[in-house]
Amino acid sequence: MRLFDPHIHMTSRTTDDYAALHAAGVRAVVEPSFWLGQPRTSPASFLDYFDSLLGWEPFRAAQYGIAHHCALALNPKEANDPRCVPVLDELPRYLLKDRVVAVGEVGYDSMTPAEDTALAAQLQLAAEHALPALVHTPHRDKLAGVRRTLDVVRESALPPDRVLLDHLNETTVKEAKDSGCWLGFSVYPDTKMDEARMVAILREYGLAQVLVNSAADWGRSDPLKTRKVADLMLAEGFTEDDADRVLWRNPVAFYGLSGRLELEVTATEATHEGNSVLRGAPGDGAGPAGIPAGEV
Amino acid sequence: MTHPHVTQDTDTPTGRTDPAVASLDDLHAHLRTQLGATARAWLGQALDEAAAHPGIHGPVSVWELRLAEAGRRCGSAHADAARVLILHAARADAGALARVYFQGTAAERRAVLRALPHLVPGPDALPLVQDALRTNDTRLLAAAVGPYAARHLDPHQWRHAVLKCLFTGVPVDHVADLARRARGDGELARMLGDHAAERIAAGRPVPADLHRVLTLTDPTAGSPADTGTGTSGSDGKES
Repeated sequence: MRLFDPHIHMTSRTTDDYAALHAAGVRAVVEPSFWLGQPRTSPASFLDYFDSLLGWEPFRAAQYGIAHHCALALNPKEANDPRCVPVLDELPRYLLKDRVVAVGEVGYDSMTPAEDTALAAQLQLAAEHALPALVHTPHRDKLAGVRRTLDVVRESALPPDRVLLDHLNETTVKEAKDSGCWLGFSVYPDTKMDEARMVAILREYGLAQVLVNSAADWGRSDPLKTRKVADLMLAEGFTEDDADRVLWRNPVAFYGLSGRLELEVTATEATHEGNSVLRGAPGDGAGPAGIPAGEV
Repeated sequence: MTHPHVTQDTDTPTGRTDPAVASLDDLHAHLRTQLGATARAWLGQALDEAAAHPGIHGPVSVWELRLAEAGRRCGSAHADAARVLILHAARADAGALARVYFQGTAAERRAVLRALPHLVPGPDALPLVQDALRTNDTRLLAAAVGPYAARHLDPHQWRHAVLKCLFTGVPVDHVADLARRARGDGELARMLGDHAAERIAAGRPVPADLHRVLTLTDPTAGSPADTGTGTSGSDGKES
């Protein structure tokens, strides 16, 4: 089973998670930029983060056979801090980069005028850079937030079929689907969606343009939720092809709109002698991170 | 767990195609035979544009744009070579190279490192090599220890670069001019001996490359010899 997690914050996860993701079948991820729990205070902090998403993180992922891409943006929450907003001036040069497959996460948090401005400006940047956009829908006052998001999308230069509305649920899926946008669902241990409700939504609304993600980050979350949804789909009578559509082909189609997806993973030559991520590897192939030289 | 099945990048220096070692003419000829028609046309245009509009213009010069998109245009296997050629066509000096390095992705940074021996005659670009040597990205480390580092890194930094290669598993084949710089380097020999002792004390194998470099430090060393007896491996922790 091949899986693509279209929204996961690997920066916040460990190499154990990468190993578990690969063992579960995950071969590709998209890491959207978001806030770090601790608020940033300057654009420079964003730039180091963006550089990491275009440098160290794809390198780490490659060590575990996972193709890493990213989406870049000023996130909704920090769009409200005037100290952070100047990062919008730096975004255009980042949006040119290979492996940047979307603008995101953009959207609403508290639905403020500053968030209006940042969302509209970044949808315009997406249009100018021929990138799709990953749009976060708010956790509080979600339905009103989705409606306001859709208004901004309609006024933007970005057609709805290049927009992924994320963190949808039973109360927002219908209006989102009617808009022509792609539909994203985050499956969490406690909040957002769970596996059973996800499968029920797939049954009711179909598989077209639906993406399922773990949105795993530094909070209580589970990077293996994509696999768990796939397993429940099969248990509930969906076919292997159905699971492949939702958990591989749909994300490939959406992020493929960027023309920048590269799904083949190339490990560095160093991996057969041990490497800088798999620290402490026995190096003789016998232990957990050991890599027999002839096997890679 | 077993290691993920991934395509092995056998990107070791190979003379005609390694972007740091090959002549620019050879690189160009190689790309012309390897790239498909669309990518070939794209590269030809990118090189013409870079040659016509070198230097820094506005927030993003046209050749900087081409540099950024070279991976998706030419494919990752040919991106380094394409980027080195674009940097050369744009006549990028140490200042321009520093700008694109520090504004670049890891892939762009690697290409800048590989372009250094072709484009920067003096030591002005050493800060880029030093930056790369501080990372734990083995792709950057391998590119950082090329001919430019061999020419300009001072002995202390060069020794630590060699040791870091051994530590992180970067094959020392990447270290340019290894035999010449290692010969008679008693301090390097001491560092290698101490590293070997630390690994033996921990019950870990000593990398074959360590024995190889140690042999090269002999003041009477001739041609490189592989006297490695240990199996591959290193703990690679460098944080």
